[in-house]
Amino acid sequence: MTSAMLVSILMTLIAASTPLLLAALGELIAEKAGVLNLGVEGMMLCGAVAGFAVAFSTGSTGIGLVAAAFAGVAASMIFAVLALSLMANQVATGLALTIFGIGASSLIGAGFVGRTIARLQPVFPAALSEHPILRVIFGHDILVYLSLALVAGVSWFLRRTRPGLILRAVGENDASAHAIGYPVVAIRYAAVAFGGALAGLGGAYFSLALTPMWADRLTAGRGWIALALVVFSAWKPGRLLLGAYLFGAVMTLELQLKAAGVTWLAPEVLAMAPYLATIAVLTMMSLGRKTGRLDAPACLGKPFSAS
Amino acid sequence: MTSIITRRRLTFGAAAASTLPILGRGASAQAPLGVGFVYVGPIGDHGYTWTHNQGRLALEKEYGAKIKTSFIENVAEGPDAARAIRQLAQAGNQLIFTTSFGFMNPTIQVAKQFPKIHFEHATGYMRAENVATYDARFYEGRAVIGTIAGHMSKTGQAGYVASFPIPEVVMGINAFHLAARKVNPNFKTKVVWCSTWYDPAKEADAAKALIDQGADMITQHTDSAAPLQAAEQRSVFAFGQASDMKSFAPKAHLSAIVDDWSGYYIKRVKDVMDGNWKSGAVWHGLKEGMVKIAPYNDAVTPAARAAADEVTKGIIAGTLHPFTGELKDQKGAVRLKAGETASDEMLSKMDWYVDGIQA
Repeated sequence: MTSAMLVSILMTLIAASTPLLLAALGELIAEKAGVLNLGVEGMMLCGAVAGFAVAFSTGSTGIGLVAAAFAGVAASMIFAVLALSLMANQVATGLALTIFGIGASSLIGAGFVGRTIARLQPVFPAALSEHPILRVIFGHDILVYLSLALVAGVSWFLRRTRPGLILRAVGENDASAHAIGYPVVAIRYAAVAFGGALAGLGGAYFSLALTPMWADRLTAGRGWIALALVVFSAWKPGRLLLGAYLFGAVMTLELQLKAAGVTWLAPEVLAMAPYLATIAVLTMMSLGRKTGRLDAPACLGKPFSAS
Repeated sequence: MTSIITRRRLTFGAAAASTLPILGRGASAQAPLGVGFVYVGPIGDHGYTWTHNQGRLALEKEYGAKIKTSFIENVAEGPDAARAIRQLAQAGNQLIFTTSFGFMNPTIQVAKQFPKIHFEHATGYMRAENVATYDARFYEGRAVIGTIAGHMSKTGQAGYVASFPIPEVVMGINAFHLAARKVNPNFKTKVVWCSTWYDPAKEADAAKALIDQGADMITQHTDSAAPLQAAEQRSVFAFGQASDMKSFAPKAHLSAIVDDWSGYYIKRVKDVMDGNWKSGAVWHGLKEGMVKIAPYNDAVTPAARAAADEVTKGIIAGTLHPFTGELKDQKGAVRLKAGETASDEMLSKMDWYVDGIQA
């Protein structure tokens, strides 16, 4: 394998991992606050279509990204009102949000099918971003660096800051947090909104960077992988980074091996690989402790009422 | 037109059940003929499903108020498709097109329960008294673009982004490769199976993997325009699938195989209206206009153009068959003797590759 090929594979891998990382990181914060939002795929699609529509209309991918984040937040607020204020079942509401997102994005995007825009460009000047080797580090667009910075930021926030501690408290024991005087529902709203913004950006990564176009169901189920990743990571941002890049690597490698003519592995086996990896990791995690509990926030998915 | 589609899409379940009585009340002479479509992908894919939907829109344009069309998109292949097909049958449609290979068994199954309704299944081989099949000879188009690829490739390698190893896809790969090999005897075609008809990001990554392996011609048998975008980004050439995809890759897009179902759909609706509908199997290609070749990119060299035009003309005239012997499969078994051409029967069951294909 030549170094040029290795660089190219790494570039593809990083690009494939980034939307997973963004969406999963947002969901991690929501779940840490005790909210299980299964609507990631729907929020991603809302972000993808809004980002594309705005970037196409304004000619600016930057404004498109902002719009995508807002669209993700808007979609997540539908969930929040239903699941947090009206205390609807979170699983059912999240699934409904995904189905809604598929339909709404298809409706909004109908007029944009077949249009194209300029791809999101690398951040660094061409001398670095097009260097044959250094482009592995410097050849990426803003969202790749943002996603990595956010991993560090979220990790720091959860472990080292007081608001992070409060957020975890709300997720672990909502009644106690409420008794001490923290606004449980408001904090959960904020966490869900953060999740929506990142899911929107993750979705926009498809329509603005990976495949700069709009087509129905553009994200093709990546939202579900993001959800699996949060469990895979045991709600730890560092491990989430590892997981997202592992998933990206397996997805990329599957195609690379096929292109290289590796025949001793059936394509179906390669297609299963990411999911087998999830099961394997989950099994290893639960074997490692006697309780079998996977470090899920104790109040995950439970509705909370202050009265 | 758009508003009709969106409203229908949003309220399909309710509308399908409720519009019929309303229409019945207003119909003075004859109720409009209901024509239903079952799609495997989204109509917004700008690929295969999009072309079928263009056929549906052509029907509406042709017959106006005389017909009423409806569709269900994103229907998964397999047993569950029966539900979608049955829904269209119960909604009073008299002619139902099921447009993907994997709808074959469900179509036959539902057709038994509705003997008076006419069914049309695309790309399959099972028929019944009230189930006809129709298919396009995509492989003819593949032979044309394979000829262009043979002329234009510098590395002598093409990358093929494919979905599933079913006969239709396998014969397309062989036809493409045979045509390219006719131009360049050392031509190589590498295939990556995506195990999906539609996943833009995965299709793009597959194209990138093939380009990494030295392919400078990308062609595909999946439904999105993403492989073309990947080719454009990496400055190699590519071919559109199902529809003209030039807008996605102005430099990379050399040509495209375009599906045009409208002629067939218009004819079959007329058959039902006239009471002449019969079951049967059609397999139309370049000659009948069900398969078309999109305009060439300026980058296509005069030699490649001339050769491609010649292949097109030869196929239309019937003097050239993309599968002409002597043909050996990869194990060296002779599949076609010298001068022999492949029968439709052989094509529709093709499960072997010719030499030089890595699949």
